[in-house]
Amino acid sequence: MRTSTTGRVGQYAALLAYLVFLAFPFLWLLSVAFKSPRELGSLHPTWIPRDPTLDNFRQAFDEQPLLRAAGNSLLAALGAALIAVLIATPLAYVMARRRSLLARAATGWVVVSQAFPLVLVIIPLFLVLKNLRLIDSLFGLVLVYVVWALPFALWMLVGYVRAVPEELEEAAAVDGAGRLRTLVSVTAPLLAPGIVATALFAFITAWNEFFFALVLLKTPEKQTLPVVLTHFIGAEGVADLGPLAAAAFLATLPSLVVFALIQRRITSGMLAGAVKS
Amino acid sequence: MRTKAILVLLFLLTACTGGGGTSDDGTVTLRFQSLAWQEESVAANKQLVEEWNATHPDVKVEYVQGSWDSVHDQLLTSFEGGEAPDIIHDASDDLADFAYGGYLADLTDLLPARLKSDIPRRSWETTTFGDGIYGVPFLQEPRVIVANAKWLRESGVRVPTPDRPWSWPEFRRITEELGGDGTYGVAWPLKEPVSATLNLSLSAGGQLFHRGADGKVTIRFGKGDEVVPRTIHDQANTDHSASPTTLGSGGSDTLPGFFGGKYAMVPLGFSYRQQIAQQAPKGFEWQVLPAPAGADGLSQGVSPQTLSVAEDSPHQKEAVAFVDFLLRPKNMVRLALGDWMLPTGTQALKDPALHTAENGWATGTALAAHLRSAPAQSVRGYPEWKDKVATPAFQEYYSGAIGLDELRARLEKDGNLVLARYQR
Repeated sequence: MRTSTTGRVGQYAALLAYLVFLAFPFLWLLSVAFKSPRELGSLHPTWIPRDPTLDNFRQAFDEQPLLRAAGNSLLAALGAALIAVLIATPLAYVMARRRSLLARAATGWVVVSQAFPLVLVIIPLFLVLKNLRLIDSLFGLVLVYVVWALPFALWMLVGYVRAVPEELEEAAAVDGAGRLRTLVSVTAPLLAPGIVATALFAFITAWNEFFFALVLLKTPEKQTLPVVLTHFIGAEGVADLGPLAAAAFLATLPSLVVFALIQRRITSGMLAGAVKS
Repeated sequence: MRTKAILVLLFLLTACTGGGGTSDDGTVTLRFQSLAWQEESVAANKQLVEEWNATHPDVKVEYVQGSWDSVHDQLLTSFEGGEAPDIIHDASDDLADFAYGGYLADLTDLLPARLKSDIPRRSWETTTFGDGIYGVPFLQEPRVIVANAKWLRESGVRVPTPDRPWSWPEFRRITEELGGDGTYGVAWPLKEPVSATLNLSLSAGGQLFHRGADGKVTIRFGKGDEVVPRTIHDQANTDHSASPTTLGSGGSDTLPGFFGGKYAMVPLGFSYRQQIAQQAPKGFEWQVLPAPAGADGLSQGVSPQTLSVAEDSPHQKEAVAFVDFLLRPKNMVRLALGDWMLPTGTQALKDPALHTAENGWATGTALAAHLRSAPAQSVRGYPEWKDKVATPAFQEYYSGAIGLDELRARLEKDGNLVLARYQR
């Protein structure tokens, strides 16, 4: 089907509008991060800071332990992503390949679990973790993130596994490969984009997560980045805008970098998972 | 490759585990959760903790950074799980549920006589629930009017002082005189219209909540309660001397317009001066004026910042000793200066640093004697009444959508239904 020139222009215009919509908050954050308090109080704000300053970054680092918090976030997010993928991959494989009643029930459970609101879960979860002595422990937080990310990770991975034709595995078996060998040498490489996408999803969910971290971690040395960012907000919602923007900008960088690095693999993986062969 | 992955995982698991714990050598460790957030205030708090630790080797205090944004939910879960900090920084209007819920220690018999007598009774009333005292009120802020000094001077209007404040009708007349040509005499930031209106209404004798002989509270919107809302409504809708666009804004949102010469005055909390001092363009002259006075003079309701001790804390005596140290007159002044607020302590209020004209300190300090407990804070069901009934009713009234009779009807009729549910 050929698209007319007008149609194409319209498409690009819509795409541009969407990009602006997506980029606006981030660009504004970037602009605010480099503005002095005086410029932030200006009646006619500009996109490009008139008198760019690094003071907000200095103040943000002076006031709050951002590096330590980023280290904690990284540890929690990496741990959560790794464990979630390690658990979800074999589970998803079984759920996709064995179409038993159990697999269907498990899929149903995944969908239902998405409907539970956070506030309903937090107090029982807190008490359970307390009994296990996992309050105020990053490991406890990682476990929560794994459990929280698992249903959706499973859901994603089942789609990816289904997209890998079973015939390939059968062909490998005919050639004499054992079950494990088939999984490792045939299925796993084809699943790689899906696994990366799932890990990334778990990583970003954990990296951005605020409420569990706020409630479960007490010691300042263990707090994660989203919790530390709220320390720039005062009573009645008055914010220390410059340092908050500077710190928030730095906090978004890891997600952006990870996305930029593996964006191609994810797109192909997503498509592979979405389209039925 | 697989071995490597397992090693990474093991490393992560071991690195993640860990946990606090108190030492067994007899040293008591207290956790102090502070909500300080401004640069100077965080520094003052941390410095005071260091000074305590240097002089009290047996009782070590750990500084825990909390956040105003999420303090209620975070404390609630901590209390439920028995993991609350020993010393808790909060505000008096957030304490009622925790006090009635048995989460906070009754400090009546724990507080040293010095601290009890230093803080006036009207401040203690803000943290008294039933028969107990559940927090030490230590910092408070009146609502003041921050004005463009040059604009006021050039207009020739009488500039009010705490001794000779404006009356509410005079304030209305002056805002009309100051505005015009796309500018406004005043910009009311009323994102939270209920607390601002109720607290200022004390000056006009407004009470709104009336406690009967049976101890039950009912809402009556009387003549005294009408003065402040009617002034704001008329400024915005009749005289057009108040900016209609800021009625839904927060205080910070009005500052660019204030600096840019759109508004002559902005009613704000006293601590906003810190932002104004930091953000005002070079050469911009501003000054602090008292809020207008009514039948009850300059009275205003406040919800001071408080320090409480957790009921579950095994070291309540030590925790109170730390609170007493933190609130010694000199230290209270340091905390007040750091937060740009007023101390509650009578000794601290005498400090010369709080009586300078610079940044309007003297005007605010002169108002300290007029600050009372916010009218609603001990009323059970107030948060629900505020969110479901009062906030929308005041917002609609200020925007001109409903009249005074409708406002009264909603506050009283719908409001009393809400309160009745909490007082069965």
